[in-house]
Amino acid sequence: MSSKKPSVPFNGTKEQEEELKKIIAGHKGEKGSLMPIMQKAQELYGYLPVEVQKIISDEMGIPLEKIYGVATFYSQFSLNPKGKNKISVCLGTACYVKGSGDIFNKLMETLGVESGGCTPDGRFSLEACRCIGACGLAPVLTVNDEVYGRLTVDDVDGILAKYN
Amino acid sequence: MINLKINGMDVSAPEGSTILEAARLAHIEIPTLCFLKEINEIGACRICVVEVKGARSLVASCVYPISEGMEVWTNTPQVLDSRKKTLQLILSNHNRSCLSCVRSGNCELQTLAKELGVEDENYYDGTKTPSIIDDSAAHMIRDNSKCILCRRCSAVCEKVQGIGVIGANKRGFNTQLTCAFDMDLAETSCVSCGQCIAVCPTGALAEKDATKEVFAAIADPEKHVIVQVAPAVRAAIGEAFGLPIGTNAEGQMIAALRRLGFNKVFDTDFSADLTIMEEATEFLNRVQNGGVLPLITSCSPGWIKYCEHYFPDMTENLSSCKSPQQMFGAVAKTYYAEKMGIDPKNIVSVSVMPCTAKKFEIGRDDQSAAGVPDVDFALTTRELARMIKRAGLNFLSLPTDEKFDDPLGLSTGAAVIFGATGGVMEAALRTAVWKLTGEPADSPVEFKEVRGVEGIREAVYNINGMDVKVAVASGLSNARELLDKVKAGEAEYHFIEIMGCPGGCVNGGGQPQVPGYIRNTTDIRALRANVLYNLDESRDLRRSHENPAIQTLYKEYLGEPGSHKAHELLHTTYVKRSIN
Repeated sequence: MSSKKPSVPFNGTKEQEEELKKIIAGHKGEKGSLMPIMQKAQELYGYLPVEVQKIISDEMGIPLEKIYGVATFYSQFSLNPKGKNKISVCLGTACYVKGSGDIFNKLMETLGVESGGCTPDGRFSLEACRCIGACGLAPVLTVNDEVYGRLTVDDVDGILAKYN
Repeated sequence: MINLKINGMDVSAPEGSTILEAARLAHIEIPTLCFLKEINEIGACRICVVEVKGARSLVASCVYPISEGMEVWTNTPQVLDSRKKTLQLILSNHNRSCLSCVRSGNCELQTLAKELGVEDENYYDGTKTPSIIDDSAAHMIRDNSKCILCRRCSAVCEKVQGIGVIGANKRGFNTQLTCAFDMDLAETSCVSCGQCIAVCPTGALAEKDATKEVFAAIADPEKHVIVQVAPAVRAAIGEAFGLPIGTNAEGQMIAALRRLGFNKVFDTDFSADLTIMEEATEFLNRVQNGGVLPLITSCSPGWIKYCEHYFPDMTENLSSCKSPQQMFGAVAKTYYAEKMGIDPKNIVSVSVMPCTAKKFEIGRDDQSAAGVPDVDFALTTRELARMIKRAGLNFLSLPTDEKFDDPLGLSTGAAVIFGATGGVMEAALRTAVWKLTGEPADSPVEFKEVRGVEGIREAVYNINGMDVKVAVASGLSNARELLDKVKAGEAEYHFIEIMGCPGGCVNGGGQPQVPGYIRNTTDIRALRANVLYNLDESRDLRRSHENPAIQTLYKEYLGEPGSHKAHELLHTTYVKRSIN
């Protein structure tokens, strides 16, 4: 086992940190304030990397592990930033039957990230989604707002090449 | 009182009781698995389910409050079937290598499976969560393939110890008990106390076993293998062989160690007396010369590491004395080695401790008085029991009257009580008060105000016109509460004793595991501590400075307590760490 550091370097600013501390101070002594603080922190940074969770932990006196437990329990929280280009592969029934699982695996392999991850250069983030209502085009993926359908594994490299 | 019926019997129980508690009052035991009183009351495992008249479904009796006129059944076919199914589901995702598992025989899951008749434990077999093994820390191994997600470990870590470095992450089938951001345990601010191991119902958490290495050392004719045993071990090791909690098994323990083949069987009590000589001297020096106060004891390596992580600005308050384990090792590899004419490199120094943090302590910096580690292997009480069983010794038939070897086996009553919270303080007071009042023969022996199982205790003693304020804390969240007060200026003390585990070493993380249902109904700390206080009372010598072997050690080798040589061999340094 080795500690998994986020793949994208943390770019938080001093201003963001001060803002976060202000948010936490605003909830001081309030019961059940961890969730709202985490939500606001995610709004502020876009995600909740270890650096941000550490600030929350230090300021609130809550163990880092407890915050991490909450962050990994709820799907609303993300440990990774969104990339410049967001790839979303439909793993709904129709797409899955038509082989979207293979396309998803190919993307994970090519980009070197897991589901929910972001490439170190910040170019792509990858996630799975359920039905986007384009079953007639199965298997489908989207990059930002662009929809790509009737795909095979061989189409993946060509699609990625369009974005930088 | 609330009146209800359980299994058709009329039962009365105090308002606010749970069904589990009310049933216990009527001598009806309901099985539990995740439940730990006041620590883990989450109703998660569903083993304790019962039928309640009018309820929509079975209810978890550990968290369900009783009400007037309630009717409860604890062993209907529906209840028994549900418990069995729950176990089958847990077992479907469990590494069932039970034959050789370290917990086989005292595993709570195994016991329940047998009691509830789960003969088809593979009934629901299917996909298993990927196994994660973390063996990064010096003291323990976590094998998640044996974890049942009861969360006792994370509850004790966070609530009792105030640390919280392990917890349930992710959700559903992917849930795992791990550290934040998949850090290795060794990277976190885990203090190695082992309380998580003590409460784990299965073999998911265990100490790092060094028994194989110790057997090998004993078999090596080149090596002189000596063993020291901490005071609290004798108060609990009998439990591993079926003796009741609170049995003194000192004699059989010594006999077993001798028969295992150790060249000398010594007592950590010897170096506990030595610790008092050094620490009482340090205390008097700090009081008389304006040193940093309060002085805080340094015997508990879990507490030391906690202080370094969570109160790094208070490491100056820590006594510079090594712990008794390390003092013993230091004396063994210098004074004893010279006396016996043995090269310290050929001495293998083994300790048996109620503690897992001792495994971390032996590898710390500044713990090698003779240029080689003071202690080579630190075994837990459980590991010693394992060695005794592996060697085929019948513990219960061993002689009860065997004694420790000379000279490092001689001790006083003051040393024996080190194993209970307040014991080090009391032992130090016995010698400090004697010294401060002009060394009278009738100087007081017992300081009962500092005894007990409450998390924090304090006392004031007027000694020679000076009010000496002392405090005792055990369990690290209690330590934090006490130190926060000291830091805030709300409390002032001269001397504080802190032990990492609640109740002190008798309840250490290396002691034999006690099943949840016994922990929930018995104060194991008090029963084990009683053994030590009885031993203390039975001794002729009850003050550390009266120990003739210690007097000889100073005369022949160390000079005075606090001397330059004593400092070289018996004192150490600390570091500042961060919270992770």
